[in-house]
Amino acid sequence: MTVVELDHATIGIGGRIVLADASFAIQAGEFIGVLGPNGAGKTTLMRAILGLLSPSAGAVRVFGSSPQRGDRTIGYLPQVRTVLPDLRVRGLDFIGSSLHGERWGLPSLSRHDRHMIEETLEAVGARDLAARPLSAMSGGERQRLLLAQALVGSPKLLLLDEPLISLDQRHQEVVIDVVRKVCRERGITVLFSAHELNQLLGTLDRVLYLGNRQAVLGTVDEVISAPVLSRLYGTDIQVVRAEGHIFVMSRGRDVEVSDHQHDHDHGNGGHEHHH
Amino acid sequence: MTTITAMAAMSIITDMFQYAFMNNAFAAAGIVAGVSGIVGYFLVMRGQTFAGHALSHIGFAGATGAGLIGLAPLSGLLGFTLAAGIAMGVLSERISNRDVAIGVVLALALGFGLLFLHYYTSFATQATALLFGNVLAVDHTMIATLAILGVITLAALAAIMRPLIFSTLQPELADAKGVPLRFVSTAFLAIVALAVSECAQIVGVLLVFTLMVGPPAAAQRLTTGLWSGLTLTAALALAEAWLGITVAYYTDWPVSFCIACLSALGYFAALSTSGLWERRPQAGHANEAE
Repeated sequence: MTVVELDHATIGIGGRIVLADASFAIQAGEFIGVLGPNGAGKTTLMRAILGLLSPSAGAVRVFGSSPQRGDRTIGYLPQVRTVLPDLRVRGLDFIGSSLHGERWGLPSLSRHDRHMIEETLEAVGARDLAARPLSAMSGGERQRLLLAQALVGSPKLLLLDEPLISLDQRHQEVVIDVVRKVCRERGITVLFSAHELNQLLGTLDRVLYLGNRQAVLGTVDEVISAPVLSRLYGTDIQVVRAEGHIFVMSRGRDVEVSDHQHDHDHGNGGHEHHH
Repeated sequence: MTTITAMAAMSIITDMFQYAFMNNAFAAAGIVAGVSGIVGYFLVMRGQTFAGHALSHIGFAGATGAGLIGLAPLSGLLGFTLAAGIAMGVLSERISNRDVAIGVVLALALGFGLLFLHYYTSFATQATALLFGNVLAVDHTMIATLAILGVITLAALAAIMRPLIFSTLQPELADAKGVPLRFVSTAFLAIVALAVSECAQIVGVLLVFTLMVGPPAAAQRLTTGLWSGLTLTAALALAEAWLGITVAYYTDWPVSFCIACLSALGYFAALSTSGLWERRPQAGHANEAE
């Protein structure tokens, strides 16, 4: 079954075309690593899948139909995550706020909702976060809380926009492991955007590489090759494989590393840069 | 011995309620403290306390302006704060540096308030009441007005509370899930405007923070649940307002001063107690990047 399909889709924001005439199809249960330079459209693509942006030409189809804003079958972890530093709200209420958060009236958590949240926290190995205030959580714990939130309500498709940003190596691995485990168990299709390919190599089924208004979906061997990436980056790219790692180089520099540093220069969690 | 002390204490308390103005003050302060505290809870959660402060200053210009053209100060206060609240909500995304813009408008509003006072000199006696409150002069009509306004304010807040909390905690996700962020934030600022107008009747425009920020900030230090937080906020605001009036009655100090002291005391007490058992991330997580 096809979960996400772009059919000659052209998607732009603010008059800038991010993807032009892009076509690919993601199948149910796949773990897709979404890669590409800053501003290549990773966030834009996810927003289109969520129904927040409409393609100016072609079609975006999710579970066979046009995406609807607020679709409950999609779990989403946004890249820009506003975390008020002094927020004294416990994890349970934080996640609870997103359950039916679009409805008017007083907030309420039914026993069923509460059970669902605790079960999901358990699944990501963070049950204790339910009772702890956000202001007392570390960056890694917050990320786990947000991951649990994206998984609450049994979504069939999970969109994770740079979930590894601003985490150290150890916590990055934990996040990847948790996503892999939970999504395999539940048969959830995952779009996982990241800066670095190597961490995801053992986990991902296929790679969706964005760049130069194009999108290429395929296995690592098909996509991570000098001809394909040179086309996507619009410059001469070499791909170096060593000891199970893959390095994407441009004029002797690792493009992923320089991307990543670029990101840190501008503070973490910022919008994608639109060059 | 103890019964005599207790009876003496009782008579001291009941002594206050011989006077109609004291009964009125307790009723008005009770209504306003509950409403201000609960609305303030979300103001603190959203980090918009400065906007609340600005609204009260704009209300001052409105109240003095209303006096100048022969209207009741409360109508001017309401009109100006509501208009300003809605304008802030609509414009917020276009004003990139919000604190500065709000600060400039705040100062301008106070300036206009002064101008209106200048041209309506007989109104000047009421200036202190507007700036610092005069709860002891509240009459039955005002209590009825405050009660009606309070019900409207809380009903409006209840109507938007769920999406308000969602869009406060996670604006990006709320947007993705279809919450109309702009509408929710504008509606909330209108609600704040109503609460500020009420609160200014009791403690004055300069001291609205004593009931709108002090109690919720203290409550958020002491509890992390939503409903427990709201309940504690209302209880603290009520206690501080009523205790403030009582202290003022026996000391002859200004009521607003007493409430301001209790509000600050409550906040700092909450800060010191909560700090004892809860530190930021434990040692094991200290090296995490944030």
